Amino acid sequence: MTSPSAEPADSGDLERFDRVERVVHWVNAGLFGLVMLTAIPLYIGSLAGVFGRRHLLVEIHVWAGVALPVPLLLALAGPWGRNFRDDLSRFNRWTRDDFDWLASSARRLRARVGKFNAGQKLNAAFVGGSVVVMLATGSIMKWFSPFPDSWRTGATFVHDLLATAIFVVVAGHIAFAFTHLDSLRASINGRVSRAWARRHAPAWLEEIERAEVLGSQRGESTPRGSLAGSQSRRATADLKANRSVIPPT
Amino acid sequence: MRPGTPVGRRVFLGMAGLGAVGILAGAKVQSALGRVLQPVTSASGGLSGLIPGSDTFRIYTVTDGFPSVTDDAYRLKVTGLVNQSLDLTLADLKAMPRTTLVRDFQCVTGWRVPNVRWEGVLLSHLLDAAGVAPGAGALAFDSFDGVYTESLTLSQARRPDVMVAYGFEGGPVSTAHGGPVRLYVAPMYGYKSAKWLGAIKLVNGVEPGYWEQRGYDVDAWVGASNGRHDVPVS
Repeated sequence: MTSPSAEPADSGDLERFDRVERVVHWVNAGLFGLVMLTAIPLYIGSLAGVFGRRHLLVEIHVWAGVALPVPLLLALAGPWGRNFRDDLSRFNRWTRDDFDWLASSARRLRARVGKFNAGQKLNAAFVGGSVVVMLATGSIMKWFSPFPDSWRTGATFVHDLLATAIFVVVAGHIAFAFTHLDSLRASINGRVSRAWARRHAPAWLEEIERAEVLGSQRGESTPRGSLAGSQSRRATADLKANRSVIPPT
Repeated sequence: MRPGTPVGRRVFLGMAGLGAVGILAGAKVQSALGRVLQPVTSASGGLSGLIPGSDTFRIYTVTDGFPSVTDDAYRLKVTGLVNQSLDLTLADLKAMPRTTLVRDFQCVTGWRVPNVRWEGVLLSHLLDAAGVAPGAGALAFDSFDGVYTESLTLSQARRPDVMVAYGFEGGPVSTAHGGPVRLYVAPMYGYKSAKWLGAIKLVNGVEPGYWEQRGYDVDAWVGASNGRHDVPVS
């Protein structure tokens, strides 16, 4: 950011989540909302009377649950999921900075956070693990006939316990969203400012700016995450298209 | 490849592994937990159902809410193939010989509440009071809101562990538990014990009830139906 060659792009916002990722996030959020809202009266007896219609609630709960992995798998499956897959690999990999960030507020000060902090990485892994475990245990509860009884009881036990944990984690996720409105906005329009990135994801910003410097040195601009970059990429394409009318120098 | 430790993958696989262990061992863990938590769950009343994994009642209803009538307005009708139709108030039921049963309550979805105390009138006593007419082979039960239905054969209904219950754990049967009066069929899964019992009709043959039309077994013996092998309740 101190390099003068990076200056032109410095003013632009950064693309944190592309359209595919945002759609996956909100479809997933909607499905989680459905399974969680229907879970409440199914589990808490005193509310069962308020809502009733148990059979309908079970159907909604089961089919929303079965649909949970669909947006995730669809996004993984094709070329449109490049950014999603890239972010999954970011969620997966933990460096010393992540352990520092998680360990204590003192050690957090020296952590250089990348695109995602350790809490966001844990949340992502937890959501992924939850989908698999809830789907497996829920399936045993719903389509129980091939399984021994003890499996069904065990599956119910796991389903109940993990559901409790999911309510806690999702409540935390939503609370963080509403106390970090820039992040919430990024989940809707996909963009964050460079100032935000400098504060919350400095190593990611550095990564982007390094790519921008390299790009401008090579006369092309392809840093992932830079909206200014994609704008100048378009400009380069226009330039190439018009090359025939521009006299060679 | 990105540098760093694949912690995300480990958390993901760890959860999947724990989930699998939980499915296999959860039944044992739950019954152990149930024993440990029993003093807590029996003391905390309604809250106990919120403790995940504890052995407590879950309240099920198939309607928009709990149907409810006052004790004074409550009526139990016994009709159909009987010598004399009955129209009983709660006081009428309480004036009949009282039976107490202490049995586990087992749900077909897997939960079981140990040693529940029920009080009421044996169904066989009501049958004798009404007089079973020739041709009657089964009983059809209706909830007083008209939504839930159940059935028993005549010989099942005459068992000494099948009753019309108005007492639960030393008090009345609450609305949530199917009060003021519900059926209690001890040896069968909970869905046979119709809540909010309003009418008993003597009929020729068994008419499958609400959940039986949705795939549950008509003869719902605990441990010998619905593909389950629970310890029988007797």
